[in-house]
Amino acid sequence: MAEDVAAVDLLIVGAGPAGSNAALRARACGLQVLLVDENHDAGGQVYRPLPAGFSRSADASQSAEVRAGDGLRVALRSAGVDCRFDHKVWNIGADLRTDLIGPGGSTSWRPRALLIATGTTERVVPFKGWTLPGVMGLAAATILLKSQNMLPGRRTVVAGSGPLLLAVAHGIVKAGGEVAAVVDLASRGEWLHALPSLAGRPDLLWQGLLWQAKLRLAGVPMLYRHGVRTVETTDGGLRIQVDEVDATGHPLTGGECRTIAADSLTVGHGLVPGTDVTRLLRARHRYAPERGGWIAETDVDGRTSIPGLYLAGDGAGIAGAAAAGAHGELAALACAADLGRIGSETHLLERASLLAAWSRPARVGRAMAGLMALRDGAVAAIAANTVVCRCEDVTRAEIDAAATEGARDLNQLKAWTRCGMGPCQGRTCGDVAGALLALHGGSRESVGCFTGRAPLRPVSLAEVAGDYTYADIPIPKAAPL
Amino acid sequence: MNPIANAYDAIVIGGGVMGCSTALHLAQGGMRVAVLDRGPLCREASGVNAGTLTLHMTRAALVPYAMRAWRMWMEAEQWLGMGVLATHVPGLTLAFTEGECELVELRAKARRDYGAPIEVISSARARQIEPGIHPALLKAGYCEIDGFASAYLTGRAFRHALARAGVDVLENRPVKAIDSDDGGHTVRFDGPDGTSVLRARRVVLAGGVWIENMLGWLGVDIPIKVLINQLIVTERIRPVMRTVLSVANGLLSLKQFANGTVLIGGGWQGEGDRLRGGVEARPQNLVGNMRLAAYAVPALAEARVARIWLGLEAETADAMPIVGEVPGVPGAYVVGSAHSGYTSGPFMGRILAQHMLGQTPDLPLFEPARLLGMPMPGA
Repeated sequence: MAEDVAAVDLLIVGAGPAGSNAALRARACGLQVLLVDENHDAGGQVYRPLPAGFSRSADASQSAEVRAGDGLRVALRSAGVDCRFDHKVWNIGADLRTDLIGPGGSTSWRPRALLIATGTTERVVPFKGWTLPGVMGLAAATILLKSQNMLPGRRTVVAGSGPLLLAVAHGIVKAGGEVAAVVDLASRGEWLHALPSLAGRPDLLWQGLLWQAKLRLAGVPMLYRHGVRTVETTDGGLRIQVDEVDATGHPLTGGECRTIAADSLTVGHGLVPGTDVTRLLRARHRYAPERGGWIAETDVDGRTSIPGLYLAGDGAGIAGAAAAGAHGELAALACAADLGRIGSETHLLERASLLAAWSRPARVGRAMAGLMALRDGAVAAIAANTVVCRCEDVTRAEIDAAATEGARDLNQLKAWTRCGMGPCQGRTCGDVAGALLALHGGSRESVGCFTGRAPLRPVSLAEVAGDYTYADIPIPKAAPL
Repeated sequence: MNPIANAYDAIVIGGGVMGCSTALHLAQGGMRVAVLDRGPLCREASGVNAGTLTLHMTRAALVPYAMRAWRMWMEAEQWLGMGVLATHVPGLTLAFTEGECELVELRAKARRDYGAPIEVISSARARQIEPGIHPALLKAGYCEIDGFASAYLTGRAFRHALARAGVDVLENRPVKAIDSDDGGHTVRFDGPDGTSVLRARRVVLAGGVWIENMLGWLGVDIPIKVLINQLIVTERIRPVMRTVLSVANGLLSLKQFANGTVLIGGGWQGEGDRLRGGVEARPQNLVGNMRLAAYAVPALAEARVARIWLGLEAETADAMPIVGEVPGVPGAYVVGSAHSGYTSGPFMGRILAQHMLGQTPDLPLFEPARLLGMPMPGA
């Protein structure tokens, strides 16, 4: 079969803040850059582009985030970066060969350096009813609000942990929706404890205080140290039971318990770094709960344990969008230096200023990551009949039964129960399933993580096979008689 | 270290289908048995293969073995106490060209001679049995005895059975060496607290592609070839097929499980070796395998691939199994390397156990001594 593999200096997967800024910096260093994203334009989750064909009214006041995203997209267009939007990366080989599928079919690339900037996946610690219609992630609500100013419902409970709570609740109120309550696993004290990290980012501190004030003005109840226990459908919408919890996220015995009526629930318990590519390529990983969970080992410049493979942004361990841009630039600079395209003096000089630009927002981002870290008590409190792996409908009871029978690592659990075998490949359930298995006398390290497998995104047989006739199939030698 | 007594009648090294089946049958015959594996049970070939239980792709001379093993899989719940979703459906081998028609006739006859009820049927009849097949079909081999299992359940089922039979299962215990003497064998392995030692009257080497290394511990040199098979599974889709399909040259296996996923196998080769295991798929071979699958059953074109992985398969110099006594080492046995080994695996374990227990095996073993000095074709 004719194999057409094109060479390129640097291939970047993910055009969010890390990937886009890396592309710009790499171009500035003279590298030939291919930037790939499955969305129709750059921006990623935080600087989300409007849907194709949409535009903002000229007179509307734009947030700093919108301006930054638009600026990034304009810069990319003039920088000479070869952007492949609406393209999914479905396979990457040990030699960094990268296979894409886009509207025009499939192409293959052999980059000299490969930078992964694929961000994170939202974690939900399952509870009864979390898979019902009307229940969605905080990140999903963010997409609705940012891309089309759509509300998740008329009356919404915003629950979980981390800074997305405030962002989503404020976004809903601003767009004219009602927030029935903000339900936060963290205490007010934990937020106060994180405040000093914000000293270097008065803009964020100010924004947070402003949002809080607006929510108070709108009469939104703030329930700290509370978690969603169950959700049920009613005639008019959802009945959401909320419990008081302890510092580990476990319901307090004799604690306060209340029922809230709403028609939607947005819930998320933090973000998990995307490790699909680094696991597929068997890079070295470590478990770092304060950075989001399992992450690939990297140096400050994003070099992984695999030569030529770099990592930038939240996928390398959560540090937030503001830090991701500088991190992307650091990684791009490291690529340019490692490929011999900039001298070591230039590298050191530019690196020093980027490190300075990165460290302040990273400190804030890491403090926020701490607030979003998985809480053991919340995992322990998952009810036996609650579905944990929603692709394959595997309940906690089935996971516990496999562990009792002797399943000791996540891949063994996967084989025994199909947990993580569905189309999401364990992106959604992997972190919580690992935590559940570790409750049976292991550590997160001994339990490990799901082996990375292609395809990185689902692809149809037709997409991979292309146009062909029977004669085009290279039939290997027949098996022995 | 204190000299230790023979704690076991037999230690089985390698907890795949053949090792586990040997251990189970030895224990049921009254022996005290342990199974050691460097990982969890059945996490290599035995747990990641395509689960095809077919006579079409089994080597002709192995048909009598495969037919007995097929029955064992279908009755797994009875003798393992836990099933592997073994499902009995017919199997078809497809021919789309004149050359393939000849091959189908040839392969069907060779297997019929060994008792496989395979007949060659017309395209019309084949498409009556399996309406989703591409209309360009010319002929097909048809076998009523065929089917599939969900291979990933194999480890759980055997673990359950071994525990019930009183076999000690030591997972995640890589064996480093065997010291053999007149009284038995001392097996050295890595445990959580450093190197440990166990002794047994007999050892069984059941390490799949790693049998070559294991025989090396005993100073025996028999080369084993390593095949790196690629496997593809789709997301759940509407029912598009109900049989097990292969093509005349044997390089496609296709079946849809009850949960709606379709597994595409057939032995297209990926990257890897004995040392590193399966490393990665070869994209051009994925394309070839997917083209063949979507050609055979056109409705598959719409299916999305959920996961691609690799499984290692072992082959001896004559591509026949190695089941019997290790030449020159009393009390040492080996079991492995059956072509389509998952299909025949449980029966291979049973006949080796019968031999070790002093009984007459249901069918003859495959003497390892024949492979001494036999050159590996193409090596």
